[in-house]
Amino acid sequence: MLINQFLILAAFLFCCGVYGVLARRNAVLVLMSIELMINSVNMNLIAFSVRNDNIIGHVFALFAIAVAAAEVGVGLAIVLLIYRNRRSIDISDVSQMKG
Amino acid sequence: MFAQNLFFGLLAAAMAISAIKLVTTKNVVHAALYLVIVLSGMAGQYILLAAEFVAVVQILVYVGAIMVLILFGIMLTRAPIGKEQQLDNDQRAISAAVALFLFAGLGALLIDAFGKEKLDLQNGLASGASGVTTSRVADSIFSTYLVPFEVTSILLLAALVGAVVVARRD
Repeated sequence: MLINQFLILAAFLFCCGVYGVLARRNAVLVLMSIELMINSVNMNLIAFSVRNDNIIGHVFALFAIAVAAAEVGVGLAIVLLIYRNRRSIDISDVSQMKG
Repeated sequence: MFAQNLFFGLLAAAMAISAIKLVTTKNVVHAALYLVIVLSGMAGQYILLAAEFVAVVQILVYVGAIMVLILFGIMLTRAPIGKEQQLDNDQRAISAAVALFLFAGLGALLIDAFGKEKLDLQNGLASGASGVTTSRVADSIFSTYLVPFEVTSILLLAALVGAVVVARRD
């Protein structure tokens, strides 16, 4: 198997995530797109771990999964707070800090 | 080797189609279910790369815990279950251009850098010749990376408390 198979699949998923973050206005969908990007990075870590015959990539992928879990928890709490205050999770409307 | 390539192709096709549907679908709940397909396929790819422990953690944490959180988020924000027209903003064209350019750049870079380099799944880490992968991960976490591991547990605790404080009704 070529290493590029995995790397290009991960790059494709990452770009889908970038598109989702930029083009979506529902905050929960933006969070899902961020999960997609974190996952594609994890796949790169594992692929390079196998390529370099080094276990550190596995360890780092596990840390990244833990950080992603924390990120989703706090992110959803913030989304709920926005929903409670504004009755909408349209992130195009949350623009009070824009100059 | 043929079977591995076949399963890679099947999983990759399912993941790519689901990822595209995830960022384009008009239904929030369908998007969450497409994300489940992508995450499960990712676990399959980890198994192809002989990272079985990471694959199991992926299923447990992502498909088990994070998807439940996201579905609760959809439910609590009362997103309409069904088609919705207002999910995309007016920057779709420019976002697609950014994503395509990024993919073209990354793809050219990867092909230039790694070309036809093969992953050696017969020897080395993936073959299990130097010990079971899971036990090596455990050795590494609980010796070299013990401090980052403990910091991760503090981070999870802080995130838990923070989420409760932020989302509390008062």
